[in-house]
Amino acid sequence: MKQKRPINLNLLTIRQPVPAIASILHRISGVILFLLLPLFIWMLSESLGSEFSFNALQKSLSFWGFKLLLWVALSALAYHLVAGIRHLIMDLGVCESLPCARMASYFTLIISAILAISLGVWLC
Amino acid sequence: MLRSVTSLTRSGLRDWLVQRITAIVLAGYVIFLVGFFMLNQPMSFGLWTALFQNGFMRIFTFLALLSMVYHTWVGMWTVLTDYINCPRFRLLLVIVIVLSLFSYLAWAVAIVWGLR
Repeated sequence: MKQKRPINLNLLTIRQPVPAIASILHRISGVILFLLLPLFIWMLSESLGSEFSFNALQKSLSFWGFKLLLWVALSALAYHLVAGIRHLIMDLGVCESLPCARMASYFTLIISAILAISLGVWLC
Repeated sequence: MLRSVTSLTRSGLRDWLVQRITAIVLAGYVIFLVGFFMLNQPMSFGLWTALFQNGFMRIFTFLALLSMVYHTWVGMWTVLTDYINCPRFRLLLVIVIVLSLFSYLAWAVAIVWGLR
């Protein structure tokens, strides 16, 4: 192997193909979900604790900061779920050709964008 | 060496399988909860607690929580192995993550089983 071949490690100067974007978003959404696990379990705790804490949780939903946090959490969940289902389908040996896989990545991005927008509208 | 010590099953193929099985459980659980939530609007405290008092739902919840622990272990291990090059720092992060995951499991189990 030539040792002096040019190496470009600056990701920002490389035009990323759509499947690469779909893949890195799957990872990013996964890490976000891990970091927000305490939020999900805290919400479970509040919602099941008592009628008082259930109502308090509903009331805290009117605070914009909490809405934003919940929107990030649920959008990450929606993206991770859609991208994960795409993975499971491809593991079955379906849609393994490059054009189909690229199309599936586009669909993943479009469907989760629609879900994220719907979640935003619902939370507003 | 460190890679195989901190990975969930110490086998790439088995990690892969665990990741898929837990993914299916988690996807089923999330879709079920979202469906239950959307079909019962507006959600009331009584209906919400009745759901988690159901024995089948408690088992489903436990399976989902266990899946959460293993799915996140494999996923975060994969991401850390790719991006964190310092072995000591990576080992520390994996330990913190795994301990947090089991703490979350205990916390959530206490919530659902604490329901009268």
